[in-house]
Amino acid sequence: MTTDRLAGFSHTPIARLVGVPAIPVLRRHTPGAPLLDGPALVGAVGAGTFAKQARALLGEAGIVEAGNDGKVAAVVLDAAGASTVDDLSTVQAFLTPAVRRLAPSGRLVVIGPLVGGDPEAAAVAQALEGIVRSAGKEVRAGATANLLVVEPDANIESALGFFLSGRSAYVSGQVVRVGASVSGAPPADPERPLTGRLAVVTGAARGIGAAIAATLARDGAGIVAVDVPAAGAALSEVANRAGGTALQLDITAPDAAERLLAHVRERHGRLDVMVHNAGITRDKLLANMDADRWNAVLAVNLRAQLAINEALLGSDVLGETGRIVCVASTSGIAGNRGQTNYAASKAGVIGMVRATAPRIADRGATINAVAPGFIETEMTAKMPLGTREAGRRINSLRQGGLPVDVAETVGWLGSSASGGVTGQVVRVCGQSLLGA
Amino acid sequence: MPNVRKAAVIGGNRIPFARANGAYATASNLDMLTATLDGLAARFGLAGATLGEVVGGAVLKHSRDRDLTREAVLGSTLSPRTPAYDLQQACGTGLQTAVAVANKIALGQIESGIAAGVDTASDAPVALNDGLRRVLMELNGAKTPLARLKALRGLRPGQIVPEIPRNAEPRTGLSMGEHAAITAQEWQVGREEQDELAAASHRNLAAAYDRGFFDDLVTPYLGLTRDANLRPDSSAEKLAKLKPVFGKDLEHPTMTAGNSTPLTDGASAVLLGSDEWAAQNRLPVLAHVVDAQTAAVDHVHGRDGLLTAPVYAVPVLLERNGLTLQDFDFYEIHEAFASTVLATLKAWEDPAFTKERLGLDAPLGAIDRSRLNVVGSSLATGHPFAATGGRIVATLAKLLHENKGGRGLISICAAGGQGVTMILEAAA
Repeated sequence: MTTDRLAGFSHTPIARLVGVPAIPVLRRHTPGAPLLDGPALVGAVGAGTFAKQARALLGEAGIVEAGNDGKVAAVVLDAAGASTVDDLSTVQAFLTPAVRRLAPSGRLVVIGPLVGGDPEAAAVAQALEGIVRSAGKEVRAGATANLLVVEPDANIESALGFFLSGRSAYVSGQVVRVGASVSGAPPADPERPLTGRLAVVTGAARGIGAAIAATLARDGAGIVAVDVPAAGAALSEVANRAGGTALQLDITAPDAAERLLAHVRERHGRLDVMVHNAGITRDKLLANMDADRWNAVLAVNLRAQLAINEALLGSDVLGETGRIVCVASTSGIAGNRGQTNYAASKAGVIGMVRATAPRIADRGATINAVAPGFIETEMTAKMPLGTREAGRRINSLRQGGLPVDVAETVGWLGSSASGGVTGQVVRVCGQSLLGA
Repeated sequence: MPNVRKAAVIGGNRIPFARANGAYATASNLDMLTATLDGLAARFGLAGATLGEVVGGAVLKHSRDRDLTREAVLGSTLSPRTPAYDLQQACGTGLQTAVAVANKIALGQIESGIAAGVDTASDAPVALNDGLRRVLMELNGAKTPLARLKALRGLRPGQIVPEIPRNAEPRTGLSMGEHAAITAQEWQVGREEQDELAAASHRNLAAAYDRGFFDDLVTPYLGLTRDANLRPDSSAEKLAKLKPVFGKDLEHPTMTAGNSTPLTDGASAVLLGSDEWAAQNRLPVLAHVVDAQTAAVDHVHGRDGLLTAPVYAVPVLLERNGLTLQDFDFYEIHEAFASTVLATLKAWEDPAFTKERLGLDAPLGAIDRSRLNVVGSSLATGHPFAATGGRIVATLAKLLHENKGGRGLISICAAGGQGVTMILEAAA
């Protein structure tokens, strides 16, 4: 991983003097840290059902509600009841003074209705996306803005908790739909929300996968770390640090799903969180693409996920609050030059997630995709300087994300409390201009 | 006295074996053993676990490697509360550690343990010249300046030449290869059959890697993912072209670098436990340790070859367990040299030898050669002395588990005229 030298320099007096904009230091979750560093401002347009949920969550977390002035660590607006253009005026009247008070690494979370109903209501619901995405680009000093689109009977606790916390440091400009929970309950120990859960992480030997294993273990999950046999040395270190087990397995082998499930059944009896993280790139312009590069990428990034999901869902191994989390990529959303094969696989994952979600809801399982943007890894360290710098800066937070940022998002979606979120694609990209 | 129970073989781990002065040229025994224990811990979720005992050893040891195994445990992810000790019996070290751990489990003295072995021929213990060492010891003990001066008078230019460990028997001065060549001639082991055995070893090992057999037995180390000595394209024809390196003074020298094991670096470890401990920890039981037998021969004054002790150990083992040599699904006979394996088999088939030397009415007979070293052995993997036993125990246990039943025989010859043998049976 290369260090972001500009970020360090931007905080020096010389940088200030010559007008280099400061690159914010993001507030990230550390064990024992409070949900927010200061008070929260909560508002509502309409009935305020979800504002009530928000206040309950904040109260439980020991966060006080903000008074009429001073900085606020978060702004939560329940606009689920907004249905007219006049309501949008109310939204603006609330948000304008509110965002002025937003502290560094602040959080703006808007709760909006489903897009539907009469044309005006649909327009208003969609308008909230425009507001939040624009606000994400305006808020400063590491603050983020996100929209929860809620079904009337949604339980937003898990999603709101994530977006307020330091766990969502590099997630901004996202729209996530939250419905009634298909299964699950709030964790007994909010500090270790994955306690008692067994997670399988593919591609766990390094980079984002290693961070996922470490982060899920930190939050209490048991870990089965999977990677190709050739990566076994690094894999065993990851597994030992996570207090889990290493499974050397080529997930493209014909019997891979069978071997994976046999291992899980024998050692743990159950699987609660399946994290499909393994991925490879074999970049080439479409005009120069060959079948080997094409097929290798599709085999690891897509076909293996399909095969393992099919076997998993056809087995009795998936726990009662099963969560499948698939790592996609912003390349799969926006496309990327030289990556037709990679983008095909990652867009394919998104399609798979959307098609699978309704099929597994009745068994209490969810499936979601996490799409990382520019994340500082060994892979991005090998990029040419210009490409790397561009990747780092063309997002609202003006920096690359860290593997742990992806891992935190995976952990949130893997929690038993996140049963209301399924079929979603959450980008971890600092609101990158790519794929926006 | 508690009831005796059979120790379970739960699984194993080793690093790929490297030819000396290759990938592990700068790795010490401690480095390799620690990495191997960590790989085993990762495979079975033992980070922070307190086990009953870890028994390990090395044949080539530095003086600093005192309590090598305990130091490896302290450097590993295992709990520091896991006791450990070293054991040494030449190339039998690795298997003897498994006997030691299995016996304590059998007696109920421990519930779990790791048997391990490591060796490096690259980081060998080159010691001070013995003359120089004596001068320094005397100097250290001298109390007056005069006595110190007197001690220093013992210094000689020739003392700059260090003591280099030799691959030779202390009592005969012959290398293991020379000893094996004598035995090969005695049993008239031909060049062709040796080369065929060597080629089969490479072929079998390569095929086993290709089908993923070693996915849960080997953890890569320092960039090596497969045994460096493995030649997948080896053939008897290619091996036939090599010139003999041992027994060159004999009438028909047959032993080449191709049908002898090279100097090798590596480490292995096997996790053993009681059935109850395995069940409590949701760990698989691949096989059980049925019995073991060690034997020694007088290779110095007697008629027996240096590496022929297993020839004597196995009949005892069979007798005690009411078995014949043909009652096995797998035979793992350590390929120190192809000729050693072949001479061992010939001895068991020879009526005169079995009657006169083993004191048996009938020969043990021939074995089904298709059951011998089916996933390769030391000629292909290489042979880091103390690591070979652990490699074979874990390999055989997995073979028996895959076979869903059956019995396997392990035979390992060792320097000093010793040999260690063991029977494993598949877990029900």
